[in-house]
Amino acid sequence: MQKKMRIVVVGGSSAIAEHCLRVWLADGPAEMILIGRDRSRLQRVADDLQVRSPQSSVQLVTADFLDPSGIDRTITDAFGAGRVDVVLIAHGSLPDQSECQASLELCRDAIGVNATSPVLFAEACAREMEKRNYGALALIGSVAGDRGRKSNYVYGAAKGLVTRYAEGLQHRLAKTDVKVILIKPGPTETPMTAALSQQKVKLARVEDVAAQIVKGIKAGKSVIYAPPKWWLIMLILRHLPSGIFNRLEI
Amino acid sequence: MSCVSSWGGLSADHHQVVNLMDPSKLESSICRRPLKGLAFGMGRSYGDSCLNSSGILWVTKGLNRFVAFDEKTGRLVSEAGVLLRDIQRLFVPRGWMLPVTPGTQMVTVGGAIANDVHGKNHHASGSFGDHVLSVTLLRTDGETIVCGPSENADWFSATVGGLGLTGVILRAEVQLRRVAGPWLDNETIPFSGLPDFFHLADDSEAGWEHTVSWIDCARRAGVRGLFTRSKPSERTQPFSSRPSVLTMPVTPPISLVNELSLKPFNLAYYHLNKLKAGRSVDHFERLFYPLDNLLNWNRMYGPKGFYQYQCVIPRAAGFDAIQAILAEIAKSGDGSFLTVLKTFGNRQPVGMLSFPAPGVTLALDFPNRGIRTQKLFDRLDAIVSEAKGRLYAAKDARMPKELFHSGYPRLPEFLKFRDQGISSDLSRRLIGN
Repeated sequence: MQKKMRIVVVGGSSAIAEHCLRVWLADGPAEMILIGRDRSRLQRVADDLQVRSPQSSVQLVTADFLDPSGIDRTITDAFGAGRVDVVLIAHGSLPDQSECQASLELCRDAIGVNATSPVLFAEACAREMEKRNYGALALIGSVAGDRGRKSNYVYGAAKGLVTRYAEGLQHRLAKTDVKVILIKPGPTETPMTAALSQQKVKLARVEDVAAQIVKGIKAGKSVIYAPPKWWLIMLILRHLPSGIFNRLEI
Repeated sequence: MSCVSSWGGLSADHHQVVNLMDPSKLESSICRRPLKGLAFGMGRSYGDSCLNSSGILWVTKGLNRFVAFDEKTGRLVSEAGVLLRDIQRLFVPRGWMLPVTPGTQMVTVGGAIANDVHGKNHHASGSFGDHVLSVTLLRTDGETIVCGPSENADWFSATVGGLGLTGVILRAEVQLRRVAGPWLDNETIPFSGLPDFFHLADDSEAGWEHTVSWIDCARRAGVRGLFTRSKPSERTQPFSSRPSVLTMPVTPPISLVNELSLKPFNLAYYHLNKLKAGRSVDHFERLFYPLDNLLNWNRMYGPKGFYQYQCVIPRAAGFDAIQAILAEIAKSGDGSFLTVLKTFGNRQPVGMLSFPAPGVTLALDFPNRGIRTQKLFDRLDAIVSEAKGRLYAAKDARMPKELFHSGYPRLPEFLKFRDQGISSDLSRRLIGN
């Protein structure tokens, strides 16, 4: 019998992560560790996954997402319990740009949860994975991290930091068997973007984004744009001269 | 405020849309709001039962998690926004299936309960509500009511088929049934004349779980159609590929269903399928939900939208009434490609406002052609009313109040269970608030 895949998800109630897990489970049972902030939200996801795949197991861990020693302990424990095939670092929150401009506290919190926290988790995981010379470490960044723009540059800056971080980590682990994957979803229909859908922004289906992510991780890609069209869109946006870019209402 | 239409596309009025997602925020989203609200699932109701113009729509799409499943008994607990499709696709490979589904699987569990939907197997298995074991209802005053066939049975009877008016359905427990696989033994038999149809229907009732017939509504020279019956097959091989999904990409400027297309289409459909008549083994999705592979098919009726007219007539008056209705429709030159005639089993439904009743049911679409269509409906209403029949509220956007009240004699009893914070376009039209 095939060994069950062991998956650690940070941000276990993130909609993209949850749908990635559904895709993995459709392939066969897995052992999952879901790390999150709110136990009842994690439990809801776990119950659903358990119905979908009764042979799978789900372990829930709650943690403070900004506390380095707590993060260290959580990750050490997760790896201590056995081999880990995939880590998916998926948590984040989309702040309102104008509110960030009005409040430095919100600004700090947005950078904390979208940049500092994923980097701390990834760093702890990288240490464990390098030791074992095994596994795939996937981080969810964003197309918003590719170029700062006025409508969401605080969020974009945080995701840009994740991008630079992942690049460095890929460099560091290039000669090992640990694979580092940076995922850049475009705007996707999730609870995080509920406010965007009210503004009639066209959003990708989370099921499709998750399927592309799982496929990309399996194929060992280092950067995954989901949906793939964002690769081209961001290539163009990144290379637009600022004289033109700064006149765009985006 | 966003513009929301139901499946028939007859209106696009403003609604305050509230997405229900996080269970911890349900109470603050639903209870004690200044505006009246209504739960909204997939919007597959044809008329105005799922609309609440200028009010709130609580969209349940985000309440789409399974809660528990007992592999021994087949009891499934899920949140209200889970789609019937998701249940079928997850559980059929595991040997379980929903006992009753309507002609599309793109509806939510909550919607299936609130409309007490039925399928082609009504004579064998009743309607959706017959397989619901428990419903969790949140009232807008903050009270949570758990009801089922043996617990708060009066609340259960009001809520099944209750058009969402007794509270917001948050979760439900449904009994699945064992199946060998996704396959059905199927037989299609051409028939001509209503007596032939009733014969086939009565003969098939005992041995075949699913029966339905398509009829050519455009034909003036007597009734002609294709009777289809099916039952679970012993074939168990897994099925490999789903048929491709097509999309109706735009709404054409005029209805594609019109005088020019109606007769040739019906004629061609009859003859093509007559050639294919006989026995076959088919996948349940293809047999039960043929239109699910044509996304947004409702757009083919053009920007003015369409009505669906579905009535049930008690068996004693059934023959004459159906004959008269079909004659009226053929004379009018209106109608649709998909006219469905089916006998219901001799059983009383669970819900106070459930549609199914012993007798025969006819359903078909009509492009919205204004006064002309309304006048045809008036003539059909007279026949239905005379025969002591009723219309299906989930399909309705126009029935007169009197027909609703005479068709649903348990309405006064139902009204005691209404939630005063909930209202719909349909409830204001037919009940008054």
